[in-house]
Amino acid sequence: MGDHYGFSLTTFSPSGKLMQIEYALNAVKNGQPSVGLKASDGVVLATENPSSPLYEEQAKIEKISKHIGCVYSGMGPDARLLVKRARKIAITYEDMYGEEISTTQLVTRLAAVMQEYTQSGGVRPFGVSLLIAGWDAEPGKPLLFQCDPSGAYFAWKATALGKNDTNAKTFLEKRFSETLELDDGVHTALLTLRECFDVGMTEDNVEVAVCNASGFHRLTKQQVKDHLGAL
Amino acid sequence: VCVNQCCQAASLHSVKMSIMSYTGGTVLAMAGDGCVCIASDLRLGEQMNTMAVDQKKVHKISDKVYVGLAGFHSDAKTVLDKIMFRKSLYELRENRCIKPKVLATIISNLAYQHRFGSYFTEPLVAGLDPVSHKPYICAMDTIGNICTPEDFVAIGTGAEYLLGVSESFWRKGMNSDELFEATAQSMLAALERDAASGWGAVVYTITKDKVNIRTIKTRMD
Repeated sequence: MGDHYGFSLTTFSPSGKLMQIEYALNAVKNGQPSVGLKASDGVVLATENPSSPLYEEQAKIEKISKHIGCVYSGMGPDARLLVKRARKIAITYEDMYGEEISTTQLVTRLAAVMQEYTQSGGVRPFGVSLLIAGWDAEPGKPLLFQCDPSGAYFAWKATALGKNDTNAKTFLEKRFSETLELDDGVHTALLTLRECFDVGMTEDNVEVAVCNASGFHRLTKQQVKDHLGAL
Repeated sequence: VCVNQCCQAASLHSVKMSIMSYTGGTVLAMAGDGCVCIASDLRLGEQMNTMAVDQKKVHKISDKVYVGLAGFHSDAKTVLDKIMFRKSLYELRENRCIKPKVLATIISNLAYQHRFGSYFTEPLVAGLDPVSHKPYICAMDTIGNICTPEDFVAIGTGAEYLLGVSESFWRKGMNSDELFEATAQSMLAALERDAASGWGAVVYTITKDKVNIRTIKTRMD
């Protein structure tokens, strides 16, 4: 009776669904909102990072390689593990082929890792969806991908995850345009994020990062403040 | 006659056997303006016996990327198979043509993985970048140390002769005709002197539009 861990926790339900993955997606849905938007010359990632006077600052958006970064919605600890794996994948690729990994290659390999945890014994799926932003040098173009707990991945022009994501996506459908440049992209991403915010948006509780030809970098508090001021 | 028996035979006749010159063979590659030339001899031997006169050491990996493998023929063939394997997987996964620089890194890593039991073959990569058409040449030792000079690289039993002669023939910014001449003349000179290479040479001239393959008659021994 005691041995529950010898077999997979992701077994099919009669309707053909894997309930553990559905529940993992719920964990994502209840997570803090995050937004990703592809501009013509770069990608923007933005997320809510709630702060309180007692908190010490901790970044949520992480860099994976020189030209790739990511943000998540869902369980922080699971995201941390995936970022660690992604970094190893990226640097191992560079060691093997002598050039930087392309965003698509990283996403397919990371998604394969996430899929492993839906078809192995004694493990549960990751409780995060990742938004991976990257810049491929050949040809020079921006890319935005979403990786789900199931191991599925989607290429997006713009999307939102976490709380109030349907509102955010509706907002994006109206406001997004393919001719947006990076600065306008940041502007639109922040406006979209504001739709998901329950409290007021300040430079202390929002995190923004951009990825373009010069690499992936987080915006400083001052830069975020300036953008918020222009909203 | 297998390599083992030859070891005994060699010691009987006080001939020092080197695995790198057992089958013989020489490869040269030169870089020009938007073009590269890669050439090899055609002899396959077993020490002093000639076993084949049509064994080229240059292999097409992809349209614009060629590899030369000198040294012990058996290992050269094995390494070529492994290179093709890795290149096929790469092109399927990445959905794009492999670059010569990336292929060189792959071969280097493959060689170093056998650091303490290496393949007795020195690889040489020559080609044009599939997108920018920039020429690339490099050569490695048996454990994968890549060396990327801008002018020419030579490997095999006739490498020393080639290096000397190429130094005089090579100039910066040669077009494909001039490059062919320089490569062919260098090979001709080396095959005159190197006993383990010969029986003709094949020269590949790679430009962004085409690959010209020419066989030249050298000293036929």
